[in-house]
Amino acid sequence: MRTSHVKFYQTGTFTVGNRLLSEDDRSVQSTLERTNSLNSGHRACQGCGEALGARYAIDAAMRATDNQLIAANATGCLEVFSTPYPETSWQIPWIHSLFGNTAAVATGVAAALRVKGRNDTRVVAQGGDGGTTDIGFGCLSGMFERNDDVLYICYDNEAYMNTGVQRSSATPPTARTATSPAKGPEPGNVFGQGKNVPMIAMAHEIPYVATASVADVRDLEAKVTRAMSIRGARYIHILVPCPLGWGSEPQHTVRLARLATESGLFPVFEAEHGEITDRRLIRRKVPVEEYLSLQKRFAHLFKPELKMDVIARLQAVADRNIRRFGLMNGGDD
Amino acid sequence: MRKPYAITLDVGSSLANLTGSWRTQRPVYVDRLPPCNATCAAGEDIQQWLFHAEEGNYETAWRSLVRDNPLAAIMGRVCYHPCEGACNRGQLDESVGINAVERFLGDEANRYGWEFEPVTAESGKRVLVIGSGPAGLSAAYHLRRLGNAVVILEAETSSGGMMRYGIPQYRLPRITIDQDVQRILAMGVELRLDHRVDDIEQTMRDGNFDACFLGVGSQLGKRAYIPAGDARRITDAVTVLHRMAGDEKPMLGRRVVVYGGGNTAVDVARTARRLGAEDSIIVYRRTRDRMPAHRDEVREAIEEGVKLKWLSTIAAADDELITVEKMELDEKGFPQPTGELETMEADALVLALGQDVDLELLSKLPDLNIVHGAVAVDGAQMTSREGVFAGGDMIGGERTVTAAVGHGKKAARAIDAYLRGVAFKQKPKHQMATYDLLNTWYYADAPKTVRPKLDIIRRQSTFDEVIGSLDEATALYEARRCMSCGNCFECDTCYGVCPDNAVIKLGPGKRFEFNYDYCKGCGLCVAECPCGAIRMEREPN
Repeated sequence: MRTSHVKFYQTGTFTVGNRLLSEDDRSVQSTLERTNSLNSGHRACQGCGEALGARYAIDAAMRATDNQLIAANATGCLEVFSTPYPETSWQIPWIHSLFGNTAAVATGVAAALRVKGRNDTRVVAQGGDGGTTDIGFGCLSGMFERNDDVLYICYDNEAYMNTGVQRSSATPPTARTATSPAKGPEPGNVFGQGKNVPMIAMAHEIPYVATASVADVRDLEAKVTRAMSIRGARYIHILVPCPLGWGSEPQHTVRLARLATESGLFPVFEAEHGEITDRRLIRRKVPVEEYLSLQKRFAHLFKPELKMDVIARLQAVADRNIRRFGLMNGGDD
Repeated sequence: MRKPYAITLDVGSSLANLTGSWRTQRPVYVDRLPPCNATCAAGEDIQQWLFHAEEGNYETAWRSLVRDNPLAAIMGRVCYHPCEGACNRGQLDESVGINAVERFLGDEANRYGWEFEPVTAESGKRVLVIGSGPAGLSAAYHLRRLGNAVVILEAETSSGGMMRYGIPQYRLPRITIDQDVQRILAMGVELRLDHRVDDIEQTMRDGNFDACFLGVGSQLGKRAYIPAGDARRITDAVTVLHRMAGDEKPMLGRRVVVYGGGNTAVDVARTARRLGAEDSIIVYRRTRDRMPAHRDEVREAIEEGVKLKWLSTIAAADDELITVEKMELDEKGFPQPTGELETMEADALVLALGQDVDLELLSKLPDLNIVHGAVAVDGAQMTSREGVFAGGDMIGGERTVTAAVGHGKKAARAIDAYLRGVAFKQKPKHQMATYDLLNTWYYADAPKTVRPKLDIIRRQSTFDEVIGSLDEATALYEARRCMSCGNCFECDTCYGVCPDNAVIKLGPGKRFEFNYDYCKGCGLCVAECPCGAIRMEREPN
């Protein structure tokens, strides 16, 4: 990715910070001045990937806009754990929309700012995968096709976690949720359903689409910064592991995001105007089992007996991603 | 405040919500003992001086290094670097070239004339150091740093002990010894050469010394009984290497046989090659993998044309013929004679079978406790005579320059405690930073730098230094390969990955602190810390 040209042999640029880098090259999250847009005291679970991803993204957007930022937030975990009435964890102007209309609300905020001539104040909309890929999808598509000046960030934890882990159109095949139980001949979520919203966003040919994860903060920050340098509709899709819904240990949140990207199950790439411009190469390839076996939502693939045929189908998904996005082509780390 | 319709409460901050109360375990910053430090016989804090070197602060790095070991440039040449064998990076790609960086720092100090910090407070005590080898120099340096007046008495005409009279020049140039010694003398340590001590207690009384450190080494080459027609052809390694320091080099001849398998045997064999021997043969009773000599030394010797004869003992030496008996290893790995004999031509036979302490020097201390030919010391390096401490080769054990430096440091601290009338206590060691505690994802792939070596032809005919130095860029690269095992190197990963902003960054050099008001105890910081410097502990009630 574009910021990793500086090479330090001790840690490369894999760590959050690096005392050997010049101030300008350091990540937002490593600085004392980061805004902590999502403040302490929020009620997210231990090891919440969404809380982490939201702070990474919004802090980077704050730096990129010189703190001139307004956020609209769909209903969902992020909204619930950050703003139980009357307190808030947000240290930015922030508005709660309905579950399904946050893209439209953000569009309205952007329109109001334009009318008032405040072009320096920028707007982000944010929501979970349920509010984005299911309920808010119509508003989102409208925001894309009108090319409204909004950065929409989807924090994807692959199900409706806030309401008790129900399946969404971002839930991966075989994952157990409350509505796709690990029972019957095809336990868990079925193959062949769901949608790939980053690719759908690209089909709108909007100026900028990217995916990222909480396992690579420098990459995530670079994408938010890039997005804020562009006007028009932009979309960033961030994988945020959920210890509660995935049945994983809270300390494994970053590791799971890393395994998702290193296995190829979650491809990390960038696209402009409908064309892929860059992708994050796999550094140490791992089989999908390493990722799956740390999560109870996939436990039925391993117990009572190992279902190698199903795992092979998931491996095929990863291999297809690697091929499709060129995740292993040349290069080093 | 006038509130909008249907709003009854003021906006509050979530900071009122102390989520730390959810916690059942808490993360705690720790310093763990890196394996390099754990194996260093000189007790260096290697991880710490590499930390400074990584930033390019070579003087700070050197000052950190010499807190434990004043002989950096020497150590960077003669240490057998067990630290590199233990280095965790060896399990990832290749160990960090610690020894090469140490040498770079030592050479920088000599190049720019860096001096030790001046002594700030005098203790008013006088300590006698006998012997100016690595143990004596280390003891003198540390004693002086603690404010004591120190006099070193040296029997030879030059300082350095076995570093000068035992280690060949191609491994350790004499200028390097002079420079490292001179810096210690510049602190106010007095060195008297050509001053052999016969009566230690008399010398202490005459000079009003409050304590004494003995570091006279082990200088008597061990002899083995070998039936010999012409004993002139048999000599020992210590004598050969000692004579290399004088003007008259030893005449060994065209074919030289060295008997033994330690580093000294290899030193003599390589020296013989340089003195013009066409054949320089090491005869050793076991196999190459069982040789006590360091692997690198053996490899370099073979590169230079030294020959090795395994599983052989010398049965007899007559005129120009040496009779060798073949051995075989029994199931326990001990060599057993086979009765098979063969002969080989030799102009000289050099015995390198180990060294003994010259107990004659100690004869005026009759009640000194000697065990297996070495001076016995307690946990504070004190001999059975009160106020007389000892270290280096004369107390047995590992018998390397590095171990001697470590003895000198420990003895100096013990002497200082003794003189102040307090008990000598060593700091308890931290828990080991083992490889499984690291998160190696964060370390970029980086192969080890290879140090330049002298051309083989010049290695066979001259005493020029064999191993070259790293330049600044490669030394920096090598330092940065350090993974900082078990010790925070301020990579900000814990500060970044905390979903609750419960890590407080204190600024450069000050590390981090947890804010337990908000830390929920998820353990992400522990799992992601690259170097294993955070530990999870059960929450106290």
